[in-house]
Amino acid sequence: MRPELELISEWIRPGARVLDLGCGDGALLAYLRAQRQVTGYGLEIDPANLVQCIQTGVNVIHADLEAGLADFGDSSFDYVIMTQTLQAVRRTEALLDEMLRVGRQGIVTFPNFGFWRCRAQIALRGLMPVVKTLPYQWYDTPNIHLFTLHDFEQLCRRKRVDILQRTVLDHAHRPRLGPKLWPNLLGEIALYRLGRA
Amino acid sequence: MPHNFPPDSIGLVTPQTLRFEQPLALDCGRSLAQYEIVFETYGTLNADHSNAVLVCHALSGDHHVAGHYEEDPGKPGWWDNCIGPGKPLDTREFFVVCCNNLGGCRGSTGPTAINPDNRKPYGPDFPIVTVKDWVRSQARLADRLGIQQWAAVIGGSLGGMQAMQWAITFPERVRHALVIAAAPRLSAQNIAFNEVARQAILSDPDFHHGHYYEFGVVPRRGLMLARMLGHITYLSEEGMRAKFGRELREGRMNFNFNFETEFQVESYLRHQGHAFVDRFDANTYLLMTKTLDYFDPAADFDHDLAAAFHRAQARFLVVSFTSDWRFSPARSREITRALVQAGREVSYAEIPSAFGHDAFLMPIPLYHDVLRGYLTRVAQEVNVHAA
Repeated sequence: MRPELELISEWIRPGARVLDLGCGDGALLAYLRAQRQVTGYGLEIDPANLVQCIQTGVNVIHADLEAGLADFGDSSFDYVIMTQTLQAVRRTEALLDEMLRVGRQGIVTFPNFGFWRCRAQIALRGLMPVVKTLPYQWYDTPNIHLFTLHDFEQLCRRKRVDILQRTVLDHAHRPRLGPKLWPNLLGEIALYRLGRA
Repeated sequence: MPHNFPPDSIGLVTPQTLRFEQPLALDCGRSLAQYEIVFETYGTLNADHSNAVLVCHALSGDHHVAGHYEEDPGKPGWWDNCIGPGKPLDTREFFVVCCNNLGGCRGSTGPTAINPDNRKPYGPDFPIVTVKDWVRSQARLADRLGIQQWAAVIGGSLGGMQAMQWAITFPERVRHALVIAAAPRLSAQNIAFNEVARQAILSDPDFHHGHYYEFGVVPRRGLMLARMLGHITYLSEEGMRAKFGRELREGRMNFNFNFETEFQVESYLRHQGHAFVDRFDANTYLLMTKTLDYFDPAADFDHDLAAAFHRAQARFLVVSFTSDWRFSPARSREITRALVQAGREVSYAEIPSAFGHDAFLMPIPLYHDVLRGYLTRVAQEVNVHAA
């Protein structure tokens, strides 16, 4: 998670107002507050995470992302961030829309299903892949929408969402040369900064 | 007599009374020339007076929020499960203050007190006080106790409304506001229930237009009905079913036309009603329900709640309970939404519970974890210099 936090932090303007969808234990917001003096809130549904955020002093709002972001006004945040969450929600496209309604920019990170290990496990063993970023069995996984970098960029094109920046990390979560050259094959995690066209 | 209280109990407590001689101008246009406030405190005020926490009581509460009285050691204060050494509101860290609000009937000046103008109980002549009036009177209490800024103001239901009002009226005097099971103002349905409760009291022949003290009677039936109605709104359908079901007291239906209590839920409500009449005053009940009805902090700001919160400086914790239909989670989300709009720091937790509105008084583990987590941070914040 650490390199991911650092990379996101580099994209964030100091003092920005941030909404973190599915903020987990609040680690990202705490990091951004320390590094970038951001203000803002996390949305989280899990009670244990909620308590963790409150203990850490991170502003957290108990909410179900599937219900949308109706409580938040248009462009009321500089950035709306969704780390490793897009693949776990039911209404993926609607949430992407909501994200770019509420935020001037969106930042998403997700596990790349086109990563070579995933491809190899399906191609060679004929089984659904179990990799570090997708560690669950098919029957107990919270990840209900699996997609590749190409899938995501196709959707962005169709929806006229601007891709402002992209970083792809390899299996060691480093932005090395390999994933730069063949991102959809060698990238295990993708980070995108998005804007409205 | 020795008592065996658990180690996380405050133990024996005694109320204190302060007299205020400076007139207090009220929202209704009248003023109270002099008044008394009865209150309790637990824990120790630290060197820079920064660790004080005000707990605000709800409709039928009072200043006895935790610990035990010598004369009635079996019955702890109304939020004893939350306040004490090692409890979520930890008295080893905080100096906790809770007062009986003006207009109350448990020691602070209210309708049962003697009106100095005519040496008779105020009764219905006692001015209607608002949440804002309460907050102003509590601020004077804080002045007398040497508390410039509360580390936190905490309350459930009507108490949560006081916490909100504190943050709006005295922005620089509140570090944290904990608003639990509250609403930004009452709905028409809320006011409707209050109105039926009031009509029950007003139509009791023993009410005598509020001057019942002079007749040596109390409007028992009316006050009892009001409380029974109130209790229905404090519980949830689910909670009532779990607690009472359709259990019959004698195991069978009598098909009598005498309406003795047959179902357990009837017996429960009657018991609650009876017990209430013995400890509460009907005029105070009328006054408190009006205080609830009038509460609307946004009204001073063009009915824009976010604008009201804009001036607040406190950080907020807002808590609601899933089965609360008196002040439902939707109402707490309204508060949270306005706070976010105003750019205030806020966390919001929606606690799963079947206890209805009453849940805010229950030791629900997740609820207490949330309070404990939040208040631990507050304690670190205020006690860091004073240690």
